[in-house]
Amino acid sequence: MKLEMKDTPGQLVAALKPISDVGGNIIAVIHQREEKTDGDVLAVQIVLELQEQRLGELLSLIKGQGVNVVRIGKERLLYKQTVIMIGHIMHTDLGDTVDRIDCTGYAEVTELTMVMPAISEPSSARLVIRAVNKEDMEQALGILRGVAKEKNLLIIEPLEEIG
Amino acid sequence: MKIAILGMGAVGRGILEMVDGKDLGLTVTGLADSKSALMDKDGIHIEEVLSAKQERGYCGDKSLSATDIVERADYDLLIEVTPTDAKTGEPATGFIKKAIGRGKHVVTSNKGPIALHYAELQSQARKHRVAVRYEATVGGAIPVMHTLQHGLAGNRVIAIFGILNGTCNFILTRMAAEGLTYDQALLEAREMGYAEADPTYDVKGIDAAIKLVILSNTIWKRNVKLNDVEITGIDMLTTDALRLAEEQHCTIRLIAEAVPERGILRVAPRVLPKNHPLVVNGSLNAITIETDMAGEITLIGKGAGSRETASAIIGDVLFIRDAHARGH
Ligand SMILES: NC(=O)c1ccc[n+]([C@@H]2O[C@H](COP(=O)([O-])OP(=O)(O)OC[C@H]3O[C@@H](n4cnc5c(N)ncnc54)[C@H](OP(=O)(O)O)[C@@H]3O)[C@@H](O)[C@H]2O)c1
Repeated sequence: MKLEMKDTPGQLVAALKPISDVGGNIIAVIHQREEKTDGDVLAVQIVLELQEQRLGELLSLIKGQGVNVVRIGKERLLYKQTVIMIGHIMHTDLGDTVDRIDCTGYAEVTELTMVMPAISEPSSARLVIRAVNKEDMEQALGILRGVAKEKNLLIIEPLEEIG
Repeated sequence: MKIAILGMGAVGRGILEMVDGKDLGLTVTGLADSKSALMDKDGIHIEEVLSAKQERGYCGDKSLSATDIVERADYDLLIEVTPTDAKTGEPATGFIKKAIGRGKHVVTSNKGPIALHYAELQSQARKHRVAVRYEATVGGAIPVMHTLQHGLAGNRVIAIFGILNGTCNFILTRMAAEGLTYDQALLEAREMGYAEADPTYDVKGIDAAIKLVILSNTIWKRNVKLNDVEITGIDMLTTDALRLAEEQHCTIRLIAEAVPERGILRVAPRVLPKNHPLVVNGSLNAITIETDMAGEITLIGKGAGSRETASAIIGDVLFIRDAHARGH
């Protein structure tokens, strides 16, 4: 999730403290200079991991510190990868395959496109997986690799951007 | 410099034609195919021997063999371009060892001996103060070994990623571009002369894996073997899979990948954005080298062909002549 606020002295510290109080995990703090009609204003963007149900609590804590949250980004899982799968995808319990990623809590299959050819031929599917960060994505792909082996499916993983 | 050549197939003939047609300062004093051989310390007449081979199917004297050339001919450098046997590396390894033992330099395009016996051949070569070079074994005309050993000297290589098999790349390109099935694309690759009658080594990813082993051992000297490579081929790929990738401006390529720090040594089809530098079309090869100083370098070129492979071989020969053999 992303929180955006104006960067006036003391606000950042005031906003960061409650995050750990509610068990949140800060992934990045990004300073941005935003063009506004009344001149440049420094904005701060905080990217963090947090259990959904604790968001309300966090926001009231932050408000209590006198910090003004400008915007809350809804994008929960920032890291996205596409994986293609070939094999008897339906007959090997597709629901379960997707579940094994979803139940991790840190990664999710957010899109699934499937092409069904003639009966008994292998089918192909495209899965879009989202995860909180690169490490979690690696974990999720690892799980998928295991599932694919178990169910005799071929998975075509993305080539990590080099560098 | 005097050279002896073992093998008169596509590669051997390419070398002979270039040595004959260009003024390279090379004299061929020994030559062999599978059935015959000839030697002449003053230089073999290349045109004559090429047409003799074409007319009657063998190049020289049937009572002589490749072994006779290796052991008795008068040469400074042996060019070993006989067929690859990936399991035993023979008879090429035997030829190479004998030549080194006689204090002769060796240049080869044969993956077998280099993938199987790299460390041993290099240490034997050091002992005899000769060079063994094998640029043509990986990436055809692409000077990847020269780039790694000389151009990038002093760099720490972090990772390599490559498209190392032109046949697979051709098949995948055709499946994506024309919506062909795997079988149709393979058939076309055969008709175009890219695929062997038995394409197993190519399409199962084994050829790419052998080249990955050669690259890895050249760079990291950890003596990895073909068995250490996790291999998935392209023979299970569907046209649908390529279309699904295409819909997201991506495609599928057979990628060989080595990242020792992360324990990665594998060949597998992968999804890549179509504008990725490694996404080359047709039978081209491409190799990305990631290093600490230079960052990423991607080399693209023809991965096979008679002249193209001759280019890599001749580059090695002239390098050895200039670096080692001067004044001999
Ligand atoms: N073609 C390419 O583009 C390419 C690219 C990179 C690397 N390579 C490698 O380069 C090598 C040669 O490839 P190629 O395409 O030229 O192969 P090729 O067309 O099959 O030719 C092989 C040649 O080796 C000869 N030969 C076989 N056994 C022999 C023996 N025991 N002693 C002496 N000569 C023997 C054959 O003799 P006959 O003429 O009597 O049959 C033939 O002339 C292979 O190891 C290949 O993997 C090839």
